[in-house]
Amino acid sequence: MNQAQTQDQTQVLKAVDLTRHYAVRRSPFSKPATVKALGGASFILNAGQTLAVVGESGCGKSTLARLVTLIEKPTSGTLEIGGLEVTSAGQQTIKSLHKTVQIVFQDPYGSLNPRQKIGTILQEPLKINTNLSAAERRAAAEKMMARVGLRPEHYDRYPHMFSGGQRQRIAIARALMLNPKIVILDEPVSALDVSIQAQVLNLLADLQEEFNLAFLFISHDLSVVRHIADEVIVMYLGRPVEHGSRDEIFANPQHPYTRALLSATPMADPNRKRARIKLTGELPSPINPPSGCPFHPRCHYAKDRCRQEVPVMQPAGASQVSCHGVEEGRITD
Amino acid sequence: MSLLEIRNLSVEFTTAYGQFRAVDAVDLDVDQGDVVAIVGESGSGKSVAMLALMGLLPWTAKVQADRLSFDGKDLTSLEPKQRRRIIGKDMAMIFQEPMTSLNPCFTVGFQITEAMKVHLGGTRAERRRRAVELLDQVGIPEPETRLSAFPHQMSGGMNQRVMIAMSIACNPRLLIADEPTTALDVTIQAQILELLLSLQRDRGMALVLITHDMGVVAETAQRVMVQYAGQQVERRDVVGLFSTPAHPYTAALLDALPERSRGKRLPSIPGVVPGQLDRPDGCLFNPRCRFATDLCRSRPPGRGSPEQGAALCHYPLQGGEPSGYPPDLLDQLRRQAAEEARSA
Repeated sequence: MNQAQTQDQTQVLKAVDLTRHYAVRRSPFSKPATVKALGGASFILNAGQTLAVVGESGCGKSTLARLVTLIEKPTSGTLEIGGLEVTSAGQQTIKSLHKTVQIVFQDPYGSLNPRQKIGTILQEPLKINTNLSAAERRAAAEKMMARVGLRPEHYDRYPHMFSGGQRQRIAIARALMLNPKIVILDEPVSALDVSIQAQVLNLLADLQEEFNLAFLFISHDLSVVRHIADEVIVMYLGRPVEHGSRDEIFANPQHPYTRALLSATPMADPNRKRARIKLTGELPSPINPPSGCPFHPRCHYAKDRCRQEVPVMQPAGASQVSCHGVEEGRITD
Repeated sequence: MSLLEIRNLSVEFTTAYGQFRAVDAVDLDVDQGDVVAIVGESGSGKSVAMLALMGLLPWTAKVQADRLSFDGKDLTSLEPKQRRRIIGKDMAMIFQEPMTSLNPCFTVGFQITEAMKVHLGGTRAERRRRAVELLDQVGIPEPETRLSAFPHQMSGGMNQRVMIAMSIACNPRLLIADEPTTALDVTIQAQILELLLSLQRDRGMALVLITHDMGVVAETAQRVMVQYAGQQVERRDVVGLFSTPAHPYTAALLDALPERSRGKRLPSIPGVVPGQLDRPDGCLFNPRCRFATDLCRSRPPGRGSPEQGAALCHYPLQGGEPSGYPPDLLDQLRRQAAEEARSA
C-alpha cells in the first residue's frame, strides 16, 4: 500500500513549452505559410493520474498527442519521458521510449487492420519490441484479452466481426501489450453509444488502477472529462487557455472560453434552465490567427489590449489562466 | 387532427439470412409547433423509421403501416409524383453528415436553389435572392460570396447550416433533423440547436429530432420516444422521462451518463443491442435487463398505460422499482440495493 502511494506521486512525463509548427504551401509558387498547430503547452503527467485535454476541433489536441507519442518531433520546447530528454535523444533512446508511451485512437473502425486477426494485432507490438517466443507472445495476448473482457475464441477473428465497443477494447489491449507507463487516449469513447461508453470508461478506470497508468485523455465531451479526469487543460487554437484541477475548472471556470464551453454543453436535466453564453462565429484559421489573444474575436470581454498583446499563462486562483481580463480582474460573475 | 400521424409503422429488409425487422410497430403523432425527440443507440432504427416516412429507403425495404398520413393525406396510397410534391417542400429532412450529404460537384448556391426551382418556381434572380436571405438567416457571414463556394471550402458547421438552409427553403411545416449536431463542436452545436428552435418558434414548424445525445434531448424536446432494437420502448414528456423513467432501458441509459454518476464506476448496461441473428425471445431487452424474469424471457411484453410512459415492459418502473414484480424477487432486489448503498 505504502509503495503504491509513493508510486502515485511519480512524475512520468514533463512537457515544457511544447510547440509544433507546420509549413504549408497553398499553391506551388507561394511562400510557405506557417500553421502554429500547437503553441506552448506545459504540463506534468503523474503515474496513476489522468490529465484531460479539452477543446474544439483544430485546437491542437491531436498534435499534442502526436508529439507525446513521439510520432513527431516538437519544433521547440522540451519533452521529458521517464526522466529522459526526448527532443535531443538519439534513435535508440526514442525506440526504447516507444514502449513507455502508447496510444488508443478515436475511430475503432479505422485503427485496426481489417486483414489481421485479433491475435496478430495484439502480438505485433511484442514481435517488434521484444524477443519473446511465439508461444509466449500468444500467452501474453490471451492474458490481455481476458483482462479487457474479450473471450478466448475471439483470438482468431477479424475486426469486422466485432462491434465498436469491442473493437475499442481490442485497441486498448493492443496499447497495453508492452506494459506502457503512459497511455494517450485520443477521444476513445466519442464514437461509442452511451451504454457502451460506460463499459469502456469503467474498463479504463480499472486498468489505470491495476497498472498505475498515466492517462492523457483527449476529448471534447466535457461530461466524460468531468467523470474521468484529475486535471484539465482547456485549449483554444493551439494554445492552452486554462489549466487546473478538475473540480476547480468545473466549479469555478475563469477563462471566458472555458465558461462558454461549459455553458454550451447540454446537460441531461430538463428542469435546469440557465443562461447560455452564446459564442458567435467560428474557430479562426490557424494559418492566419487573430492578433493578440486568439479568442478575442469571439470574446464578450475583449478590449484593446486583448487585440494587441498575447496573454500568457498566469496563476489565477487555484488554476492557471491565460487571459488579460482575468488578470485585470475585469471578468467577474 | 395531427399534422403527422404514423400508426404501426414497420420496415423489413430482405437479407441473405432472411427477413430483418429494423423498425417494429412505431407510432408517432406530431402537431404544429411540436418538438419531438427520437432517442436510441445506433441500430435502434430511428433513422430508418424517418427515412421510410420520407420515402427515401431503397427498394429492398418493405414498408408497412396502418396509417401514414401527413396533413390529412395518406402517404401510402399517394401517387409517387404527388408524394414528391410534399417531400422536400412541406416535409423536409436534415441529414446526419453534412460533409457527405452535400454534393461536392456543385456550389452551395446551386444546391439551395435546386429545391426552390422544383417546388416554388420563380425566376433565377428571385431564387438567388431567397438563397442569400436563407444563408443570412442561418448565420453564414457574407452570404452573397458564399453562394458560389463548394462544400469542401467550408467547415462542418458551415455545411450543416447550408443543409438547414436547403431544408427550410420551401418553408416546410415539418422538419426532421437526423443527428443534426453529432459531427459538430459543442459551441457550434449550441448555435445550430438554437437556430432550429427559433425556426420552430417563429414559424410554428414541427420538429422531429433524431439523436442519441440525452443532453440535447433534455434541452430541446417537449416529448420523447425512446427506441430500442426497432421498438418504441417508452413515450413520454421530457420532464417525466428524466425524473421517473418507466422502462428499465431508459433508466439504465440515464444511469450510464457520466454526468449523472456519483461514484468512480458508471453503472453500465452489459452486452450490446441485439442484431439480426441474436434476437432474444420475449422482451428484446431481457438479456441486458437487471429485472428480467422467466416471463420476460418467454413472452413479448404489452404496452403500459400512458401514465407509465406507454412502456413496452412487463414490469414498468414506479419510483425506481418494477411494478407488479414477483414479491420474493422484489425483496431480493431491495436487499441488494440496501447492500450496495451500505458498501458505497
